[in-house]
Amino acid sequence: MYQSQAVIGITNARKNPPLAQCVWPADALNNIPDWVYTSQAIYDQEIERIFRGETWNFVALEAEIPNPGDYKRGYVGATAVVIVRAEDHTISVFENRCAHRGAEFCRASHGNTKEFVCPYHQWSYDLKGNLQGVPFKRGINKVGGMPPDFRNAEHGTRQLRVATRNGVVFATYSDKTPPLEAYMTKEIVEEFDVPFSGKKLKILGYCRNELPCNWKMYHENLKDPYHATLLHSFLVVFGLLVPGIKSIVFADKEHGRHGYMASAKPDEIYATVAADDKAEMRSFSDSLRLRDERFLDYVREFDSPWSANMMTMWPNLIVQRQMNTMGVRQIIPNGPNSMVMQWTMFGYEDDTPEMTRHRLRQGNLMGPSGFLGLEDNEALKFVQEGIRNSSTDNNVVKLDAGHQGTARNLISESCIRSLYQYYREVMDIRVAEKAA
Amino acid sequence: MKERLAYARTAVAPHRAAELRAEIDAFHAEYCAALDANDVERWPDFFSKEATYRITSRQNALLDMPVGLVYCEGLDMITDRALAVAHSQMFAPRHMLHVLGITRVLQETDRTISAQTPFILMQTLVEGPTTVHLAGIYHDHFVREGERLLIASREVVHDTEILDTALAYPV
Repeated sequence: MYQSQAVIGITNARKNPPLAQCVWPADALNNIPDWVYTSQAIYDQEIERIFRGETWNFVALEAEIPNPGDYKRGYVGATAVVIVRAEDHTISVFENRCAHRGAEFCRASHGNTKEFVCPYHQWSYDLKGNLQGVPFKRGINKVGGMPPDFRNAEHGTRQLRVATRNGVVFATYSDKTPPLEAYMTKEIVEEFDVPFSGKKLKILGYCRNELPCNWKMYHENLKDPYHATLLHSFLVVFGLLVPGIKSIVFADKEHGRHGYMASAKPDEIYATVAADDKAEMRSFSDSLRLRDERFLDYVREFDSPWSANMMTMWPNLIVQRQMNTMGVRQIIPNGPNSMVMQWTMFGYEDDTPEMTRHRLRQGNLMGPSGFLGLEDNEALKFVQEGIRNSSTDNNVVKLDAGHQGTARNLISESCIRSLYQYYREVMDIRVAEKAA
Repeated sequence: MKERLAYARTAVAPHRAAELRAEIDAFHAEYCAALDANDVERWPDFFSKEATYRITSRQNALLDMPVGLVYCEGLDMITDRALAVAHSQMFAPRHMLHVLGITRVLQETDRTISAQTPFILMQTLVEGPTTVHLAGIYHDHFVREGERLLIASREVVHDTEILDTALAYPV
């Protein structure tokens, strides 16, 4: 993968410590040390223990590869993979690396094929990633070639376990990862099934951007309801999220690693905000009004109390539903100081043309130019820039102190706390002892 | 769209194309000058009442996918976007610079002119280098209103596969 923003590629050595020096502050719940976001050693450990560990990683929507031979390039963590539908309609996920000399044999972002052929020496693989052919395997005139004990079956691509739920495809490196639904936990499955009920999806398009921030910041951003009403004036002014409306910030009860931030938009278009709350929000503007209010129409299409639900499924999936714009976002880690966000926007096959246009209009909220998306991207860039070379090195998460997991209101960091509690266990990170 | 991205010969005679090109160049000079002055609230002035505006990647265009990084139907949505960028969006200060290539005039009817213009959009962040933020082609339909040309539809199709952080201003 490429990095476009190497200009901030210099990290203070103190912010890039080896693993042995990565000790969490004693008041672990209420602090996050900077090296969590900046250490190369920590990043390497995350790739091994999280992305190649016992996790289900989102890789594709089935609607992207409906027919046998359809494939797309994708990622598990930072590792390039290919997601393919075979003749028997099963889906395979395997590393995009020729077993011979390591070339990425699949270069197109998507397509349809009968086999994959490495461009370098033309080793060929079937749609499940098994090695099919090796040119000049027996040499020329019986001289050279592979040794007699060479077996194609022992030289396929690295293949991953695959699981799907209602059209969403996941892959895991580990044999120990529990079944997908058990991994997700009950409440997450229930919310996941709202947009993914089994109804056929229609892909509306893609976008991709690189964020010069650590990949975990995106999870935190969606476990952080505090920023939502302060940063996003659009949300507030147009009543999509204001302090006091019905909302929840949920963390799964088993690990605290997955979660969702959901809210129920009141029926009026513009928000009513109490004077006291208004004074707390500098971004609030009473005078902002839309000329085209179709943008904020909300068609109730699901049996759900929430008009918006942003779900994070550890480690790399965001399911986005904001009124009638829907999408999945894949977090692709790209070193400690960079991540690529891959957005796939969708609707349903049975949408009317007018409904599709409505989703597209509302799509202006999301993506790298979205009224909400833009601001998150910029804010996270500021955070990474701020922590990379500063002399201080700690982040304070004391809102709603002492609480972990599902938040009691919007002014809380309790879900960030539960995420890092879980993270420390998986990463085996030591917490400093309290001073006597 | 697939056909549209493929090379299509112009249907306009060279002399007439040169006249129209000069007119479109003058339009672009003003359009880009307004945006490059960060005067985003003037941006809607360049569109007709029913105008559509979309920024999308070449990948989406080739797949005939309808999403836009920015997707506007009608002047009101275009104006809402301008107001939002000017008054409600948080992003780091930056300067944008549009550098345009040579316009191809493709067709002329009584009412409309269709044309394509390649562009490079440079971005300069405070204390940052100047980088190529987006490279692509404007696919335009213009209408006349009195002496002026106005955009009836603009599809900004960019080659840039991975956008750097965010695209704050219109293109």
